[in-house]
Amino acid sequence: MSSLVKLSKVNKIYSTGEISLQALKDINLEVKKGEFVAIIGASGSGKSTLMNIIGLLDHPTSGIYFLEGQDTSNLSENDLAYLRNKKLGFVFQSFNLLPRTTSLDNVALPLIYAGLNRPQRLEKAQRALEAVGLADKLDSHPSQLSGGQQQKVAIARALVNNPDIILADEPTGNLDTKSSEEIMKIFDTLNKQGITILMITHEKDIAKHAKRIIRLKDGKIV
Amino acid sequence: MEAINSALTAILANRMRSFLTILGIVIGVTSVILLISLVSGLQTFITSQIQGLGSNLLIVIPGRIGGARSPGGVQANRLVYSDAVNLRNRLQSEAQVSAAIQRNATLKHANKTDKGVAVFGVEANYQKVISIKITEGRFFKQSEADSSKKVAVIGPTVKSNLFGEGKALDQTIDVAGLKYSVIGTLAPRGAVFGIDFDNSIYIPFQTAQRQFGIDRLNTIYISANSADNVKDVQERAINLLQKRLSEDEFTVQTQEQTLSIISQVTGVLTAALGGIAAISLIVGGIGIMNIMLVSVTERTKEIGLRKAVGAKPSDIRNQFLIEAVTLSGLGGIIGIILGIGISLIIGRFFTTTIPLWSVVLAFGFSMLVGIIFGVTPAIRAARLDPIEALRHE
Ligand SMILES: Nc1ncnc2c1ncn2[C@@H]1O[C@H](COP(=O)(O)OP(=O)(O)OP(=O)(O)O)[C@@H](O)[C@H]1O
Ligand SMILES: [Mg+2]
Repeated sequence: MSSLVKLSKVNKIYSTGEISLQALKDINLEVKKGEFVAIIGASGSGKSTLMNIIGLLDHPTSGIYFLEGQDTSNLSENDLAYLRNKKLGFVFQSFNLLPRTTSLDNVALPLIYAGLNRPQRLEKAQRALEAVGLADKLDSHPSQLSGGQQQKVAIARALVNNPDIILADEPTGNLDTKSSEEIMKIFDTLNKQGITILMITHEKDIAKHAKRIIRLKDGKIV
Repeated sequence: MEAINSALTAILANRMRSFLTILGIVIGVTSVILLISLVSGLQTFITSQIQGLGSNLLIVIPGRIGGARSPGGVQANRLVYSDAVNLRNRLQSEAQVSAAIQRNATLKHANKTDKGVAVFGVEANYQKVISIKITEGRFFKQSEADSSKKVAVIGPTVKSNLFGEGKALDQTIDVAGLKYSVIGTLAPRGAVFGIDFDNSIYIPFQTAQRQFGIDRLNTIYISANSADNVKDVQERAINLLQKRLSEDEFTVQTQEQTLSIISQVTGVLTAALGGIAAISLIVGGIGIMNIMLVSVTERTKEIGLRKAVGAKPSDIRNQFLIEAVTLSGLGGIIGIILGIGISLIIGRFFTTTIPLWSVVLAFGFSMLVGIIFGVTPAIRAARLDPIEALRHE
C-alpha cells in the first residue's frame, strides 16, 4: 500500500504575545491508503492541531508534510484549496452544515468549487446521501434533522467529491450512543470500500472501530 | 447566473435588513431618475415653447445676458417705446417689430377674482410676430390699439378662474380697477414648476402704458422675414440700438441663443441635482458596506467551511462581491421603477421626460457603488483564516 499522508518531524508552536506553546513535537506519522486510523489523547494533547495540519487548514511551524508524496510546504492558497477539494473530506464534531440550506445543497457545496454544473452536482449529492442512508431527507434543512442525521449529511458532503482520505475530528462527540454506532457503521463500510479514514476520538468504544490507534500526549506520539 | 441566484437567496434570508440596506440606493436612484426627468421635461417644455414662437424670432430685452452684470439687474431699464419705433422704421423691409410691457394685476369678474395675473401690453401686430393661438373670438386690431381701447384677450386659466364654464366673450372684466371687455381667449400652453403660462391676458400696448403709467419696455420682439437673415437682422438691431444705448443696457438674442442658455442652465441644474443624488448613492453604498461587514462576521463559520471544502480566496471574494452588487443592483432596479412611476404621476401636472441615459446612468452607478463598497468586506471574507473561521461561534 502506498503512503497517503506522511509527516516528518512536524512541530507546531503557537505564540501569542510573550507566551509560546508547543502543540506538536517532532511528529513522524505515516498513513497508508485504505487505513482506518484513530487518534486519541487527553484534551489539549494536540489532536485537532495535527488534524488541521493534515487537512491543509494549517501549516507546521517546522517539518514537512507530504500528501501522496507531494511536499505541501510551499503550496499557494489556491493549490491548497484545490487539494482540500479533491483529496480531503472533513467531518466535524459540530457538523458545520449551512443553515436554511437543504441536505442536497449542503452535500453539493464542495462540487461548486470543483467546477461542476448544477445538475451534475445534485446528481452526485443525491448519490452520496443515498450512500449514507438519507435518501428520504434530500430536501430537509439541518434544523429538521436529528444530530445523527446531520452528521450523516456531513459525511455525505465529505464523500461527495471522492476524496482520498476522510478526516473526522470527534465525529461522534455531539451524538448519543445509538447515533454514534450508526455513524461508525458508515465509517466501517466506507473503509471496507477502500476509503482511508483518520479519526479523532475520546471514546474507547469508538476507537475500537479503527485498525490502528495513535495516542498523543502533550504533543507527542506515544 | 448561479452566483446571483445564491446571492439572492442570501439576500432574501434577511428580507427586512436587505430592504433597509438598499433603501439608500433606492432613494438615490429614484431621485436621479425623478430629478433628471423633471429637468429634462422642463427643458423640453421651454424648448417647445420657444420653438413654438418661431425660429425667426429675435428678442430685445433690457440689460445684458452673459456679461459680468446680471441681466436687468442693478442698472435701470432704459429701453423705451421710441427704440421699438426706430427699429420698426429701419428694419421695415426685413422684419416685423413689436414692443411689449408686462405687469402683474388682480382681475375681477362678478364676485370672482384672479390674483397675480400676468398682464401683457402688446401691439396689434403681436400675433404676426409671435404665433399664439386664439380659440375663441379674435386678437385686437390696430385701430383698437391706436385708440387705447380697453379690450382684452385672456388665457385659459383666467377664463376658468373668472367665468368657470360660462361664456367669457363680450363680458366685462376688471383689470386693476379698470373695465375691459373680453374679445378673445387663448389656447392653453401649459405650466412648468407651478408657473402657469395660461394665467395671463393681453391688452393693447397704449392702453396698458396709460393704465399702469409705464414707459420702459420689457421686450421688443423682432421677427425676421426669412430664416436666412436672422443673424443679419440681429446685427443691424444691435447697431441701431447702440446709437442710443450702451452695450450693457440691452441684449438682442436669437432663439438659438436663448435655447443654448436654457440648455446651459438645465445642464448646470442636472449636474447639481446629479451631485446630490450621487451623494445619496454613496451614503447608500456605505450602508451596503456596513451590512456586508456584518454579514461576513455573521457568516464567518460558513466562510471557514467553504474554505475547508475547497473554496479559493477568490471564490469567497466573488461570492460576497456578487452579493453586494446584487443588493445595490436590486436597489437600482427598484429605484428606477419608483423613479419612472413617480415621474409618470408628476407628468400629469408638469412635463416630464425620462431620457434613457438617465436610467442607464442610475443603474450603472448603483452597480458601481456595489462594487466599490462591496470590495472591502469581500476581501476581508476572502482573507479569513479557515481554522479560526470554523471555530467562530
Ligand atoms: N490558535 C491557537 N493559539 C494558541 N494555542 C492554541 C491554538 N490552537 C490550539 N492551541 C493550543 O494547543 C494545544 C493543543 O490544542 P488542540 O486543539 O490540538 O487539542 P485537542 O487535542 O484537539 O484537544 P480537545 O480534545 O480538547 O479537542 C492546546 O493547549 C491549545 O490550547
Ligand atoms: Mg480537538
